[in-house]
Amino acid sequence: MQAARDFSHYVRNAGSGHSHIDLAVEGVSCAGCMSKIERGLSAIPDVTLARVNLTDRRVALEWRGSALDPARFIDRLAELGYKAYPFEAERAETVEAERSGFLLRCLGVAAFATMNVMMLSVPVWSGNVGDMISEQRDFFHWLSALIALPAAAYAGQPFFRSAYQALRSRNVNMDVPISVGVVLALGMSLVETIHHAEHTYFDAAIMLLTFLLVGRYLDQNMRRRTRAVAGNLAALKAETATRFSDTGEIAEVPVAAIRAGDVVLLRPGERCAIDGAVIEGRSEVDQSLITGETRHVTATYGTAVYAGSLNISGTLRIRVSAASEGTLLAEVTRLLDNALQARSRYVRLADRASRLYAPVVHAAALLTMVGWVLIGVTWHDAIVTAIAVLIITCPCALGLAIPTVQTVASGAMFRAGVLLNSGDAIERLAEIDWIIFDKTGTLTLPQLDVVNSASIPADVLELAGRLALASHHPVAAAVARASQATAPLPGVVEEPGQGVRAMVDGVEVRLGRPSFCGADRLADEILMRDPEASAVAFSRGEACFVFAVRQSLRPDASAMICALQARGIAVEIASGDRELAVRAAAQSLGIGEWRAGVTPADKIARIEELKLQGFTVMMVGDGLNDAPALAAANVSMSPISAAHLSQATADLVFLGSALAPVVAAVDFSRKALQLMRQNLWLAVGYNFLAVPIAMAGFVTPLIAAVAMSGSSVLVMLNALRGRRVAPRRL
Amino acid sequence: MEVLVILVPLALALGLLGLLGFLWSLRSGQYDDLEGAAWRAIADDEP
Repeated sequence: MQAARDFSHYVRNAGSGHSHIDLAVEGVSCAGCMSKIERGLSAIPDVTLARVNLTDRRVALEWRGSALDPARFIDRLAELGYKAYPFEAERAETVEAERSGFLLRCLGVAAFATMNVMMLSVPVWSGNVGDMISEQRDFFHWLSALIALPAAAYAGQPFFRSAYQALRSRNVNMDVPISVGVVLALGMSLVETIHHAEHTYFDAAIMLLTFLLVGRYLDQNMRRRTRAVAGNLAALKAETATRFSDTGEIAEVPVAAIRAGDVVLLRPGERCAIDGAVIEGRSEVDQSLITGETRHVTATYGTAVYAGSLNISGTLRIRVSAASEGTLLAEVTRLLDNALQARSRYVRLADRASRLYAPVVHAAALLTMVGWVLIGVTWHDAIVTAIAVLIITCPCALGLAIPTVQTVASGAMFRAGVLLNSGDAIERLAEIDWIIFDKTGTLTLPQLDVVNSASIPADVLELAGRLALASHHPVAAAVARASQATAPLPGVVEEPGQGVRAMVDGVEVRLGRPSFCGADRLADEILMRDPEASAVAFSRGEACFVFAVRQSLRPDASAMICALQARGIAVEIASGDRELAVRAAAQSLGIGEWRAGVTPADKIARIEELKLQGFTVMMVGDGLNDAPALAAANVSMSPISAAHLSQATADLVFLGSALAPVVAAVDFSRKALQLMRQNLWLAVGYNFLAVPIAMAGFVTPLIAAVAMSGSSVLVMLNALRGRRVAPRRL
Repeated sequence: MEVLVILVPLALALGLLGLLGFLWSLRSGQYDDLEGAAWRAIADDEP
């Protein structure tokens, strides 16, 4: 049964009789691809727009009328050699993109105002020592006010809003001293302008906003780019389900279009994309992505199946249930909610710094004012000096200290194959000294592999591989992959529940259960040696061979575990799988601490126990059962192949089949934290120099402008060092 | 110094023009694909 593909869910009406669809495309990397795709798609009649976005690796398509089937674009791209899939922007990504645009608009306004105010300030600075008459100075001050006040009101919004929110929840963040400083500087300058005074600080205030917006924008842009890549990866997984329509016909629809109560078909070898209960059929199901258990579960009428389960042997009909109806899911959701609440208590480094910083600075300003009044100067002069202290300490460098490092570090991690889900993950990751790994799908690869291919003759392996290509069974797929065969054998007959057979040069070849190939004794021998593996047999005439198939460890797992231990991090395995399997993996990786058969609640308990002992714990896991533990740990990481819920919960997601990104993430985050601390100290050091000058009343607008830009540039340059970490032994 | 009456508004008007140009380019999506735009500039014209 070949189901029709139905992508109507993704098609938008673009107005005036045009339809629009966005496709995520894999493998677009250069200008050549770009013009090839655009030309190839434009050649389809009725297509009015085909435009590649090389940054996000997407294609936007528009066409007249509604006659064209979107599947045709995907087929055309496949002919051109690109894998594509309809893409729907997640809410989170849309929000990030909007915010990015808003910050860029603010930055544009602030930069415009800075340049024009500077143009007016420089003549005043030089005029003060020359022959500028006071009417001219006042005129320039009024013009500056006219530009700076509306610009600051607009471009300062990101800071004012965040400061207001923090204050309303009785908190202090970095934006509070920034907002106080900017508002006071502008207010004082306005009053001074009205009173025909010599000094105003419009330039300093608006320049501060510009510098800070640069930092914010870079940070936001990096986050947006990460989200776009994650969105593409999710789209390219192309999760579809085969749904029965009311008339009993089947169509392949995207998961997003499936509703509770729908009935879907799950064929052998397919991964289930929805949660539901079996209503017809009988099969074995691999739930390792859900529970970590590698042994197959028998599914019959009424059995609950979860998204991510792999159907092994029979065809099933499943009724889709609403989310979290299942008992396992409900339990996981409950644990997850509790853990997430605990997580939100973490206070970012920047906010901790500003909690110390804000009171000290504001007290210093107050002290300055009181001091000058006691000495006997007028209230007006005392207040002006106090505000000058606030302006010069306004945390320009401090506000940039952390976002710039974060931007550079997340860029470096991105190139190493690690995507960041949450902004403060870097500083939390830098402090870990204990890692708990899940086994199945995390230390091991998610798919099955043949482990004894070296002991099978090459010609036999090739023949078995060609035979295996005809079967959908996941074990057969492992054999096909191991042999790297590409040409399937002709005339293959499938015996349901047994295996496949074909005739080659007058001799019958079979691949399937050991009993089907008469290789029971050989299979038993292999299973005796490796109890974790499943056996698949191959026979050619009388000769028979047995492949041991199992999830193998990630290729660099053992080296990377050593590397982590060399960095002073303790490594432990906590798996839902049975003891035998976990012990074998722990031994081959040289991990002393391991726990088998643990439930989601056990994993959380273990993490809490370690936290109580004073350890900072990272959880690395992929299963649905790991999701609560991922949230409970100080910081968490998932492979890209993980269950949806786990991937959304984890702070970081790593790509590819190697474990190296985990070590790279640890290295980059440690370097980043070191740089963040250095930057904070640089900012504090600058204040130590600047504050006494301001308190003494020697600060002029020129000094304020130079000091502020000097410290900001210094901090930015220091942050750039986070692009590389010193090479060290793995 | 009367020339300031002309020059200062002129300078501000030019700056404002630049800002409006930037906001227009932002709105028309010119910053959506910086990488692609870089390549398009040097790509051959369609035959």
